[in-house]
Amino acid sequence: MSSNYTRRDLLRNAALGAVLGGISDDLMAEVHLMAEFDQAASGGVYQPKAFATGEWATLRHLCDLILPADEVSRGAIEAGCPQYIDLLASGSSELAMILAGGIQWLDSMARGAHGKPFMSASPEQQTALLDRIAYRRNDSPDLAAAIRFFELLRRMTVDAFYTSKIGIADVGYMGNKGMTKFEVPVESLQYAIQRSPV
Amino acid sequence: MRSSSPADVVVIGSGAGGGTVTHVLANLGIKVTLLEAGPGLNPAKDFKEHMWPHQVDHRGAESADYYLGRLSPKFGWFNAPNGFWEIEGEPYTTAPGTNFRWFRSRILGGRTNHYGRITLRFSDYDFKPYSTDGLGDDWPITYEDVVPYYEKAERFIGVLGTKEGLRTAPDGIFQPAPPPRVHEVLVQRAGRKLGIPVIPSRMAILTKPLNGRPACHYCGQCGRGCITASNYSSSQVQIFPAMKTGNVNLINNAMVRELITGPDGKVTAVSYIDKVTKQEKQVRCRAVVVAASACESARLLLNSKSPRHPNGLANSSGVVGRYLTDTVGYGLSGYIPALAGMRKYDSDGIGGMHLYIPWWEFDKKNKDFPRGYHVEIGGGFGMPQVGSFGGVVRRHEGYGRALKKHIREEYGCFVGLSGRGEMIPNEHSFCEIDPNVVDRFGIPVLRFHWRWSEHELKQASHMHKTFTSIIETMGGTVIGLRNPEREGQGISTGGSIIHELGTVRMGKDPKKSALNGYNQAHDVKNLFVADAAPFVSNPDKNPTLTICALAWRTSEYLAEEMRKGNV
Repeated sequence: MSSNYTRRDLLRNAALGAVLGGISDDLMAEVHLMAEFDQAASGGVYQPKAFATGEWATLRHLCDLILPADEVSRGAIEAGCPQYIDLLASGSSELAMILAGGIQWLDSMARGAHGKPFMSASPEQQTALLDRIAYRRNDSPDLAAAIRFFELLRRMTVDAFYTSKIGIADVGYMGNKGMTKFEVPVESLQYAIQRSPV
Repeated sequence: MRSSSPADVVVIGSGAGGGTVTHVLANLGIKVTLLEAGPGLNPAKDFKEHMWPHQVDHRGAESADYYLGRLSPKFGWFNAPNGFWEIEGEPYTTAPGTNFRWFRSRILGGRTNHYGRITLRFSDYDFKPYSTDGLGDDWPITYEDVVPYYEKAERFIGVLGTKEGLRTAPDGIFQPAPPPRVHEVLVQRAGRKLGIPVIPSRMAILTKPLNGRPACHYCGQCGRGCITASNYSSSQVQIFPAMKTGNVNLINNAMVRELITGPDGKVTAVSYIDKVTKQEKQVRCRAVVVAASACESARLLLNSKSPRHPNGLANSSGVVGRYLTDTVGYGLSGYIPALAGMRKYDSDGIGGMHLYIPWWEFDKKNKDFPRGYHVEIGGGFGMPQVGSFGGVVRRHEGYGRALKKHIREEYGCFVGLSGRGEMIPNEHSFCEIDPNVVDRFGIPVLRFHWRWSEHELKQASHMHKTFTSIIETMGGTVIGLRNPEREGQGISTGGSIIHELGTVRMGKDPKKSALNGYNQAHDVKNLFVADAAPFVSNPDKNPTLTICALAWRTSEYLAEEMRKGNV
């Protein structure tokens, strides 16, 4: 029914429509239906829309390095972060270019320093490379684009993770339900007042 | 194409003003034709209340634009349908050097679909700004003139709050207010130390059933539209019930082009473009109430030129489009260590703040800016959404387990303070018809001119100092830039608070105003304006309640004038 090509077209049109304010709810509904269809048609294995196979593997790995599983919750891959990034990148050639460019930069640096692509580098080598672009204090004309790439990737990964069921449970959001009376637990109030200077 | 039988009154626009006029006139037995430039609204289908971000694959971000730093043309994907910052085929222009954003609703109910439900009466001194400090002009009406209509509006739409006896925040007819959230209690305690009042907010949200509308269920999602109509929106509270009287003829997708006048100078018909058929139609009327939002109303009057009204309708004074103001906006947030490690709770509550800060220095003489502002308080354990943790991500660079830990530990530990202050009208801020540009309907568009004055910049600076002292008194740390440039840069873009008003102002003197104290045009007796365009000043209280009250007063006056045969 829907090839990846048509889906990408649809998303581009949707993104363009959104910019111009002309997007219809029907079009958006169609996009979501197609996303579900794509996933079902691929037998549950997600097929990236905006990334080549190698790029996709690196993107997934980067998401997992940004928000890995820990003692409280599972990681970015389980939370669907790469799919979210792929969806937005498939509707924006500008975003796709920034992300693919960042992945390319990591590969070039890893090849230069260690003679192998980023994914084949050791965990320590990967971390050392990422540390160069994960902090604004390292900003320089050489690194500016890579730092911007990683900042975007971090924001997108965090947004996708904490809007997922896994992320919501991690921070412990308890709302989005109806109640007949609004009450604040005395224990919470007393705790904060005791710790407050006023 | 003309309609067969004339309406008694044509109302243009279905927001707080048009909704109130429709409600009052229809219940007085007057036949109303209500024209809305956007589509109709079906709350059961159109509202996204209680939907989780993960139920949609873009999580609410809509597109990559959000990450690429481009402004969204809409107001937020989860919000009730409400209109646009940019509309395809319906441009506006800005003069060189002007930075102004114009939000336009194109939906039944207009901005009442998304607004903050903040429901504040103006104070007595707000109607006499010139007499108070020599700036701007006094209103032709007083607080006492409006009180009966504040009461009618409050009783009908339902407002929660508490009686505080403060001159700066006059008490109204209130339903019970919900208890404050923890972070709000801490702000209140800091305020006590600093001599700043922190009181229960006044919101158009029900805590008791009213007219068949159930009380709030405390999901905190008012902005998405309320399926149970437990908050005020003109469509659910006024227009749908008014339609049951049989006196309302609602026409959606009607983009009004021009008011047509007869030989006696009165409005005889309203000309509009049916957006669905692209046909131009006319509806004849005995009177017209323009409530299209301040700037859209001014645009319509300026475009309704005739030999008898060469400057546009109701504009012999030349004031239409002038005196444009918006609310002064400035925000600051802080990390509050006292909240760290606290047992979490469902803090959703009503949509928006449970406590707020009314202006407290209204009678202080030696401050360096005129008028004042109120402060809105944000914080709590909000639903995680796209952008929710942007601040933490900026504060804590790096990645990995440490980033997760920071986000987890700082969730719910922030307080946001948003100042909303009064701008003084100035000669550099106005809208006019751009002679070179028309929209896709062929209607000439508005061109905006905008400049904040020293008054507003100094006010924003005062907000910065106040918010810093509140946050630090709470033992907190201000987040983000704190250098002096932040103060100048931090002031909101004109129009962005969506409180633009003053463009068809009322007054006693027909040479200096377009409307009399009943919002009736000095020049055209059967023409009324019932949005925020008639406002003479833009006090530090959100305009919606006063729009409703003045629209109610205008409606009763119009009905009486019709009964007497004067209109």
